[in-house]
Amino acid sequence: MDLSKEKKINLEIDIAGLRLKNPVMTASGTFGYGEEYSEFLDLSRLGAIVVKGLSVAPRQGNPTPRVIETPAGMLNAIGLQNIGVKAFVEEKLPFLKKFKTPVIANFFGDSIDEYVQAAEELSSAEGVHALEMNISCPNKQAGWIVFGTDPKIMEQAVTAVRKAIKLPLIVKLSPNVTNVGFMAKVAENSGADAVSLINTITGMVVDIKKRKPALANVTGGLSGPAIRPVAVRMVWEVYKAVKIPIIGMGGIMDANDALEFLIAGAKAVAVGTANFVNPTATIEIIEGLERFLKEEGLSDINEIIGSLKIGS
Amino acid sequence: MSNKYFKADVTDNISLNKRFKLLSLSPLSTVKIPEPGQFYMLQAGDTYDPLLKRPFSIFGYEDNTLRFLYRIRGKGTSCLSNLKGGDVINVIGPLGNSYPEPHGDFIAVAGGIGIASLLHLLEKFKSKAYLFYGARNKQELVMLNEAKTFSKELFIATDDGSEGKKGLITDSLSDFLNPSRITHYALPIYACGPTPMLKELSKVVADKDIKCYVSLEEHMACGVGACLGCVVKTVSSEQEAGSSNKNESQLLTAHHSLFTYKRVCKEGPVFDIEDIVWSDGVLE
Repeated sequence: MDLSKEKKINLEIDIAGLRLKNPVMTASGTFGYGEEYSEFLDLSRLGAIVVKGLSVAPRQGNPTPRVIETPAGMLNAIGLQNIGVKAFVEEKLPFLKKFKTPVIANFFGDSIDEYVQAAEELSSAEGVHALEMNISCPNKQAGWIVFGTDPKIMEQAVTAVRKAIKLPLIVKLSPNVTNVGFMAKVAENSGADAVSLINTITGMVVDIKKRKPALANVTGGLSGPAIRPVAVRMVWEVYKAVKIPIIGMGGIMDANDALEFLIAGAKAVAVGTANFVNPTATIEIIEGLERFLKEEGLSDINEIIGSLKIGS
Repeated sequence: MSNKYFKADVTDNISLNKRFKLLSLSPLSTVKIPEPGQFYMLQAGDTYDPLLKRPFSIFGYEDNTLRFLYRIRGKGTSCLSNLKGGDVINVIGPLGNSYPEPHGDFIAVAGGIGIASLLHLLEKFKSKAYLFYGARNKQELVMLNEAKTFSKELFIATDDGSEGKKGLITDSLSDFLNPSRITHYALPIYACGPTPMLKELSKVVADKDIKCYVSLEEHMACGVGACLGCVVKTVSSEQEAGSSNKNESQLLTAHHSLFTYKRVCKEGPVFDIEDIVWSDGVLE
């Protein structure tokens, strides 16, 4: 076969003005600060690196056990352990700058003020290309209601962060709501440039002999292939509800899984739990997407995005 | 890229008795040579259930063959026990730190399957160790020939007295460290076993000037330091450095942060016993 006649495959996509060489990124909390996986893969090949969630002050996280395996998945309650924005910028960011891959900093807070402060400090650091706002944490000023489950609180928080920063703002939606499309709409109206979903689904495992929860935190977030159909359904609902780009995630293990999300309307995907099982999962997915396009006689990943056909 | 993620042929998977097996893997590519105390994440099944790889200490390495001694306990080890010669599995490793190299004689304390990581150390430093090996009963003691061959002297204890001395292995160690045999005080201790045993050990060495290294176990998802699932409470270095000039109220205010979580997979699995917070039951 004459290789020169082979179609050039385009995997490049655009998320809120941020150009990614392919639509595959890492899911926050599953890829550390990038360093942990740098000996397994070339970080320059990734569409984007989304780092472990950051808060203004460092956090110790929850007591152990923090993780338990579940059927085709895992439940975790790490408790947002992180080194804090300042240490991230000083100690971790210089390493990530060496790669030709945009860095998306995931951040969170206990209050709107903390969200704003974290966002401001991160956006002023050279080498951070976009921010992903984790709204699946409780608000200490409003009875510990989770930001992302109350439209009013979420609107206030997203609006405040939006005002404070110029960088692209991605709001990471919680699946633990009745109408995820509505919540996505609230994020869009509050100034989000993109939404990412799904965060983990709240779950619980009981140790029947000890009559105790398996996790010290009692409940945790479920991830892995077990949650994928839920995630695909939610991406599709959000796709119908908003105009801003969607980053889809939830149990993506291989390229076929990633394609389900892209077809349902996601412009990019994030790989999470799969990294634990296979440290090179992201690279295999990028290669798999390219192969799929070739097999389908397509030349651009954008032809796949939102190509879901309903009805006959 | 590193060669720490690779495919390996199962060369054999031998039953030692009802519960214990020895798995031999032959990597299909060139891999790093492991140090005693390091571990590998092994693919246990070929479906998404079990999903995660399982951590196992290296038991032996020679002629490009990795050997793992394991006890069938849950879903992961059950799946692992079904592997047959010719099967190919994915492996991540070697991971974590290793036992610091002993200079001269040392003491090794193994509880149950904890013998796996220590025998590799003993094999490397033959006839240098006083080995204390404890288990629930006779059936739970494996590799006794190797334990005898590689050690300088072997002490055995079982909970039911079916082999060796009846009682805790840490009690046997305590007798050995009797002040009348003062020379034993200078020997470093290397230990691997269930948490209650390590906790007992921390009491045995508490008031003595003995260097003691323990290999810890925790639930693990990634094995490479990313998920932060396998952390253990360690004594905060800030507290160590500044405790002398802090007054009581300052200590009380700072109480919530008198420990630091460290990753068993990355900063461990081998820790100095003095660095671990044993007191509040977190490890139980």
